[in-house]
Amino acid sequence: MGVRGARFGAVVAVVALAAAACGGSGGGSKGNSFSVAITEPDHLTPAQTTSSYSLQVGESLFDPLTEIDPKTKQVSNLSAQSITSDDQKHWTIKLKPGLKFSNGEPVTAKSFVDAWNTAAYGPNGWAANYYFANIDGYDALNPEDENAKPKAKTLSGLKVKDDTTFDVTLSEPYSQFPMTLAVNCFSPLPKEGLSDFKKFDNHPIGNGPYMMDGDWQHNKQIKVKKNPNYKGPRPGNANAVTFKSYASRDAAYTDLAAGQTDALATIPAAKVSDAKKVFGDRFRSVPGGTVDYLGFPLFEKRYDNLKLRQAISMAIDRKGIVNSVYNGTYKPMGSLVPQIVPGYRADPCGQYCQYNPAAAKKLLQEAGGFKGTMNLWFSNADPTYKEWMQAIANLLNKNLGIKAQFRQVPAADYLDSLSSHKEDGPYRQNWIMDYPSAENYLANQWGTDNRMGWTGPNQDKFLSLIKKGNAASTATAGIPYYQQAEDVALKDMAMIPLWNWQDQSAWSDRLSNVINDPIVGFHVESIKVSD
Amino acid sequence: MWRYVVRRLIQIVPVFLGTTLLIYTLVFALPGDPVKALAGDKPLPASVLHALHERYNLDDPFVVQYGKYLGNLLTGNFGETYTGQSVASLMADRWTVTAQLAGTAWIFEMIVGIGLGVYAGLRHGRLGDTAVLGLTTLLISVPTFVVGYTAQLLFGLKLEWFPTAGTQDGWPVSYLLPGIVLGSFGLAYVARLTRTSLAENLRADYVRTATAKGMSRVRVIVRHTLRNSLIPVITYLGVDLGNLMAGSIVIEGIFNLPGIGQQVFQSIQLKEGPVVVGITTFLVLIYLLANLIVDILYGFLDPRIRYD
Repeated sequence: MGVRGARFGAVVAVVALAAAACGGSGGGSKGNSFSVAITEPDHLTPAQTTSSYSLQVGESLFDPLTEIDPKTKQVSNLSAQSITSDDQKHWTIKLKPGLKFSNGEPVTAKSFVDAWNTAAYGPNGWAANYYFANIDGYDALNPEDENAKPKAKTLSGLKVKDDTTFDVTLSEPYSQFPMTLAVNCFSPLPKEGLSDFKKFDNHPIGNGPYMMDGDWQHNKQIKVKKNPNYKGPRPGNANAVTFKSYASRDAAYTDLAAGQTDALATIPAAKVSDAKKVFGDRFRSVPGGTVDYLGFPLFEKRYDNLKLRQAISMAIDRKGIVNSVYNGTYKPMGSLVPQIVPGYRADPCGQYCQYNPAAAKKLLQEAGGFKGTMNLWFSNADPTYKEWMQAIANLLNKNLGIKAQFRQVPAADYLDSLSSHKEDGPYRQNWIMDYPSAENYLANQWGTDNRMGWTGPNQDKFLSLIKKGNAASTATAGIPYYQQAEDVALKDMAMIPLWNWQDQSAWSDRLSNVINDPIVGFHVESIKVSD
Repeated sequence: MWRYVVRRLIQIVPVFLGTTLLIYTLVFALPGDPVKALAGDKPLPASVLHALHERYNLDDPFVVQYGKYLGNLLTGNFGETYTGQSVASLMADRWTVTAQLAGTAWIFEMIVGIGLGVYAGLRHGRLGDTAVLGLTTLLISVPTFVVGYTAQLLFGLKLEWFPTAGTQDGWPVSYLLPGIVLGSFGLAYVARLTRTSLAENLRADYVRTATAKGMSRVRVIVRHTLRNSLIPVITYLGVDLGNLMAGSIVIEGIFNLPGIGQQVFQSIQLKEGPVVVGITTFLVLIYLLANLIVDILYGFLDPRIRYD
């Protein structure tokens, strides 16, 4: 609230205070506390959700085994003492001693194993279920046939050894495993979280630096306060944090500008130039983990032609589109993995991802031209998709003389259409990072049963390179293999990169030491408040 | 009259059932799998998909799904959202916000609207009248979202008279600015209706008679003219209460008020049948009740109107 602000508000607040006769922080803005604007999360139980807003709240409530440094992307231990393996397949995880949940219950190896089993058990219907797919025994909990009953309730790959040690066996060697453990869904759950899921979801109890202050007030706010039982390496600086729910990012930005909320990690593209002026060095733009691609249906005869795909890629002015549709806030890409991923190279794609209408035209001729109209596929989830597809259609028409039509599909139907190979033309593909590893992008989008229908010797080569990377002795040692795999995938251009989203955040002048990253958003425990 | 009221209330039952069936059918007919839509761009394993379909009866044919919904409804269970929230508590939260917003707008448009109308009607054809006409024309012609954003930036952000968004200051503080913006359109109508009706009645024979009897001007206007002039205004206000609740989605978006408009919008996108049906049916009930109250009020304003 502003200084002169809301005289009405002041009067009401005074009355309320007199009546209640106890402090209570109005909008969560006084007394070494601050507020963060978010969109309403779907769940707060770590493995029940994959939504980034849930991760923002989860970051304050839970300590998974590891964390990823926002700057260097190095993995370090959080509640783990050590995570070791000789063959990248059998892992031994030792916990730090004496860790406790906010209700005083000790954090044990069993807290982790029980939580993971619950998340991986298909009939529970938890959204982060697929994160556990590479642990041995996952298939027994998640039968492919939808009428079959799971054969087991617990993962055979998880074994509790003692109070603070457990063993994990993966189905295949996986050098990125410690990094994936930083994802919130691998957090431990106390006993209460394993019985009444609904109750726990409204009032989760975690092992993080903060704990719930009252129940989740749906569509309004989630209040957290310092967890007195926290013994981990990242205790909170502020006493309390309020996560405020906003249905629109525009409204959130207006509230931020008015000083009614302290921090926002998702400034809308249209407000970026305003935010730069208003917030100055309290505005930050960081490369995000989300990438837009254009995929080609290789199972359609017309697109089974490398030169055609190269021509289309070179006829697209990525920079021009980013400038006009996203105010220049997104970064055009010449690689399949974004900048924040270790092993990122700026331009492995080279000339084929550069805008060059003359060369594109020549390639199209060599490809034997393009007959008929081209259908461009995208969903109606966001109006900007249509804007940039329109731009691509115009460029294709201008540079290559190809006539394009739109196939705008309801968001609820879009992924179904893609996975059942209904698309008969280039389509929008989007990847939101799970963890900053090249493997996360490559294996999921170009791996077996990919949406483009990319198969053949090159894809076999790609798969074996990914496998080699996964089996490498460390995460870093795997990088060269992933880079080679990226080169193979780029050469065939089954799917071309378009641009990398950037995360625009800003905060009020009450906050300092603000650290944020594209995975969890703000590291709320690091933020300091001055009044 | 009570027989009339009871008959009208009984009529509500088939309308209620019809609405639930109609809305449920419409939501059911929306394309796409809501569970997959909820997962966004991420894949869901077959086992998880199956579990969620079963939990929300999504594999059942329409008649069975609707039957289960109605059966639950009759036992007071409104169902739950795809994120596991109870629809009853969700509706309670959302309706509270919308009722406060629409209520503020309604009171505002009633008091200020009738006030301006009376003022203009009494000064028929003079400068004050022209000013009111000009102002109301402006309010009717400018779209609500323009008024909303302008008011938010000017009175919220620049002048800091009101909070910019949200409900954290409670009623009335948080609802004043959005309520005024929401009510501004109706205000213009109320003012114009009152003005025209009043100006017309002031020329009526009974007014001349009352004045000739030597009745004071205030009494003539308040007891006789205004009471007669309010019938069209009350009709409008009755219908408008429902309109304000249903039409607040734009205002809710601008001022980040978590009311029913936003919820219905989100739920339609997610194919959340129980939420859409629950909220819409409730809205229809409010419309019906508001109309009933208006009809009863007629009798008080004009004793010539009888019910049987």
